[in-house]
Amino acid sequence: MNETDIRTVLQEELGNIAPEMDLQKLDPTADLREALDIDSMDFLNFVVAIHHRLGVDIPELDYPKLITLDGAATYLKSKLGVSKS
Amino acid sequence: MVEFRMPSLGADMEAGTLVEWLVKPGDRVKRGDVVAVVETQKGAIEIEVFETGQIEQILVGLNSKVSVGTPLARIQTEVIDKADVAVAPAATVAEVPPRALPAVPQPSPPASMVLPVVTAPRVASIARMSPAARRLADMHRVDLATVTGSGPGGAIIRADVERRLVAAPVSAEKKRSTGLNLDAMRTAIAAAMARSKREIPHYYLEHQIDVTPCEQWLTRINASRPPENRMLMAALAAKSVALAARRFTAFNGFYRDGKYEAASAVHLGIAIAIRGGGLAAPALHDADRLPLDELMARMRDLVQRTRAGRIRSSEMADSTITVSSLGERGVETLYGVIYPPQVALVGFGKVVLRPWLVDGAVGPRSVVTITLAADHRVSDGHAGALFLAEIGKLLQESEKL
Repeated sequence: MNETDIRTVLQEELGNIAPEMDLQKLDPTADLREALDIDSMDFLNFVVAIHHRLGVDIPELDYPKLITLDGAATYLKSKLGVSKS
Repeated sequence: MVEFRMPSLGADMEAGTLVEWLVKPGDRVKRGDVVAVVETQKGAIEIEVFETGQIEQILVGLNSKVSVGTPLARIQTEVIDKADVAVAPAATVAEVPPRALPAVPQPSPPASMVLPVVTAPRVASIARMSPAARRLADMHRVDLATVTGSGPGGAIIRADVERRLVAAPVSAEKKRSTGLNLDAMRTAIAAAMARSKREIPHYYLEHQIDVTPCEQWLTRINASRPPENRMLMAALAAKSVALAARRFTAFNGFYRDGKYEAASAVHLGIAIAIRGGGLAAPALHDADRLPLDELMARMRDLVQRTRAGRIRSSEMADSTITVSSLGERGVETLYGVIYPPQVALVGFGKVVLRPWLVDGAVGPRSVVTITLAADHRVSDGHAGALFLAEIGKLLQESEKL
């Protein structure tokens, strides 16, 4: 799995949480909570989905690293040991 | 045999459109099973059955709009199957509505006669899936025709759906619309809230609570848990309100036809904001009796389904008190509008860091403002204050919830 795959997974799972948003236009550096109007329950569902899809353990303390699309991609890449694609 | 009818999902509902059947003739159903999806003003609602038995005939086809009370399907109930009717004493028979007890059990018509509507392959596969697998598949819009079952008799289990998800993610084009009509939802909110402000003499109380111990407890227990078992403050808040509502009966019930009736159970309405501007408050049944982990799991499921437009019929009409939580963003205080015929709403604002006195010294603490909106026809500020204080006390002892 490379970075493109990781970003695809992230886009899909965010799409499941906020199906009405156009994720192609989402600023990858924007705070997801603001940009997609998601709350702590949505965010937990997002983390659960990522955990199931990628098998990555995401402790609560690491949540701040996942609040932007770029941040989440970087975090998951290092967790999965992916080199630059 | 009984008729399964279009339910009334609130006083304002006159009709609904049947958009999906999840069962077919011959399928066994038990009380509480979701058998159909109905489109209403409030969105797509999953309809549950109240009998256990076998679907005999489907009477209403897809996309038919029918009024409340219209028979949707006929169900052969267990009692009839066992032919218990014959030995029932005459007096008992007379008390029961005639439609529930035909004199002779009717033989099932041949299968070819009773399948006029839907037998898409998808429906057939749903019948042979574990509920966990179905939920996961629904959540990710997995086309079930592409999943191979490895459970008993080829049934699809959760692991099969997970494998399918990892193997080939579902394309964005397969997503279905959420089935939520925000304009219709606004109309329904407007009607309920206008009635509330017209009829209910609200009074308001507020109370600030130091939730630092509560946050520390959450951090501690969540550290060793996988994401799906993690707890949120919202679940602690819900449990505190539910437990207090059980003790303070003047806040948990319905005011109807000029008098108040306390409810015997606590069905907690959870106010859920819908992205794009909408609000729904489906019920979390028996919230006071649910262990905390179970309550959290149900709440997470309820929020997700509601935002996806999949509320169940039994969750629509019977909340006995509502809780509304602003979450992490927004402001400190929420003044609620009571959802009639309920008589109270408890609000939780955003948790904020504030200077606070602890053991005589000022320090930074996490503080939440809890509010009560209650009905003055039923209770007074004195009782309301004791109720709100009890909620605060319970929340501060989160490890005991």
